[in-house]
Amino acid sequence: MAEITKLVHKYLRHDKKFPHVWCPGCGNGIVLGAMIRAIDRLGYSKDEIVMVSGIGCSGRLPVYADFNTLHTTHGRALTFATGVKLAKPELKVITVMGDGDATGIGGNHFIHAARRNINLTAIIINNYIYGMTGGQYSPTTPYGMRATTAPYRHIEHAFNIAELAVTAGAVFVGRGTVYHARLLDKLIEQALQKRGFGVVEIITHCHTQYGRRNRMGDAVAMMKWQKEHAVRIERAQDLSEEELKDKFTIGVLADRELPVYTEQYDLVRQQARELASR
Amino acid sequence: MANQGKNKQRLIQGNEAIVEGALAAGCRFFAGYPITPASEISEILAYRLPQVGGTFIQMEDEIASLGAVIGASLAGAKSMTATSGPGFSLMQENLGFACVAEVPCVIVNVMRGGPSTGLPTNSSQGDVMQSRWGTHGDHPIIVLAPSSVHDSFEVTVKAFNFSERYRTPVIVLSDEVVAHTRETVMLPESDEVEVLDRIKPTMPPEWYIPYEDTSRGVPPMGIFGDGYRYHVTGLIHDIRGFPTSRPDEIGPFMKRIHRKISQHFHDIQIVKHFLTEDAEVLVIAYGSVARSAKRAVLDAREMGVKAGLLQLVTLYPFPRVDVVEVIRNMRVVLVPEMNMGQISREVKRVNEGISRVATLNRIDGAMITPQQIYEWLIKE
Repeated sequence: MAEITKLVHKYLRHDKKFPHVWCPGCGNGIVLGAMIRAIDRLGYSKDEIVMVSGIGCSGRLPVYADFNTLHTTHGRALTFATGVKLAKPELKVITVMGDGDATGIGGNHFIHAARRNINLTAIIINNYIYGMTGGQYSPTTPYGMRATTAPYRHIEHAFNIAELAVTAGAVFVGRGTVYHARLLDKLIEQALQKRGFGVVEIITHCHTQYGRRNRMGDAVAMMKWQKEHAVRIERAQDLSEEELKDKFTIGVLADRELPVYTEQYDLVRQQARELASR
Repeated sequence: MANQGKNKQRLIQGNEAIVEGALAAGCRFFAGYPITPASEISEILAYRLPQVGGTFIQMEDEIASLGAVIGASLAGAKSMTATSGPGFSLMQENLGFACVAEVPCVIVNVMRGGPSTGLPTNSSQGDVMQSRWGTHGDHPIIVLAPSSVHDSFEVTVKAFNFSERYRTPVIVLSDEVVAHTRETVMLPESDEVEVLDRIKPTMPPEWYIPYEDTSRGVPPMGIFGDGYRYHVTGLIHDIRGFPTSRPDEIGPFMKRIHRKISQHFHDIQIVKHFLTEDAEVLVIAYGSVARSAKRAVLDAREMGVKAGLLQLVTLYPFPRVDVVEVIRNMRVVLVPEMNMGQISREVKRVNEGISRVATLNRIDGAMITPQQIYEWLIKE
């Protein structure tokens, strides 16, 4: 444990900005730790990493990490990341977003980034709620649950982020939880290594906003909920629809090959130059 | 379009001249979304940018376009987008981001009739105030308006130079008439064009303080991947780039981003005098209306009216010094505009009763003709 802590510290900014803004028990720290472990294992230098976020609790994640960091406008992380990557394809660009950030206000950018297949990694932290603004329902708040803007009950149906990414064309899609820490490290590592648009949806808890309003208990109780409701995708195939009713799958949902945008654009440049010199 | 021979006569439209200006200034990244009457800029850059090793991308909307432009600029590329009214409205939030994070970029707004979907294929100057105040909060901005095809080239080069020099978004406020008018122009060779680049940090990375004040008010800009790791945010930040809510850090930051423009006012202020020296009746105009005004002034002179034209190229920061200098000698000043009176308010504001300021407004989608201005001039 001590070794792991030491490793994370190597990548944190110590000169300013601690303590962090997150509530005690928040899962965002686990996500940051998993990202750092994956980056360290893959041997990237701090200078070649660009970490891009949107707005919300997840948006505050990059400020603590000693990389090139970019805290953009709400929902737009992927658009800024697209510009960074196209201008300097040798950089490793990782975006971190929340569920409202990526699939509410930024939903259009999310599906188009997946379709375009630019070499980016999208980490989406899904806590089923708008946490920072006080617990309003998000695109992933399940039907029948409560939020400050759904004081009676929620009557909309939730997005399944990982499946949305698969349908939109992402070449790598994984889903993990902050409870399954080892799997999470592995999924992020795989997404970072993938050539093309890689997505990792991370189920986490917001005990302060979502948990409290829906009587789900504290952070520990909510992590137990993750343990009890997550099913490995390999196992899910053997289970009946009835058994899977209130469960969600974790693991690798998609892993496929498609032409990568930056490489394709290099070919466009080559063709344009040839035509111009003729 | 394929003809890249320079320094020879070419028959091109205003939008094409903007592309030539951008490329001459070193633009290597463009992200945009189709919209009339700005689409030609996208189309030509999609063809030209890959030839020079640059990047063109059509994004899913205008919000994404400006986001990508800001990202590319942070990674070191001179970047631009082009749009018209509805798209410009969508860009306002990210425009504010570029102001606060001090990211150089150029935004072309080819004005069409508004509000809303308005008049896509007609001309207007209805976005002047939006280009100054469209994004929320107090912020400095530079707005330049071309009035001809050749102007479109020059103004775009200037826009890139200002944006790089002062680390700020610069808006090129063209209009449908300027954009789609075809004229024969002589464009300069690329080595005849003055091109300015952003100032980058040269100190060791551990000494780099990304938002530290300098005598120019513009801190050197670290480029992602160059070893100067720092935090970029739309939150108000301290000199290290970290979010702050301390008044003693917010105040100096807000003052500095305003000061970096105001203290370079004389460099940024561009106006063109036309027969103003002995004039008694003055027209202040910008964009395509300045062309009509020029004709009207010449015709009025033939009728014995001592008319002159002050063409504003820089709209913001408002060229108060030049305007006041000229209007103090005038009997009357006319501000013709294709809106209900946006720059005329600025003229009245700086006029402070020195002269009489009259307006001539047209919002029916048609351009203001030389005849309209001429008739007003000879009545005065």
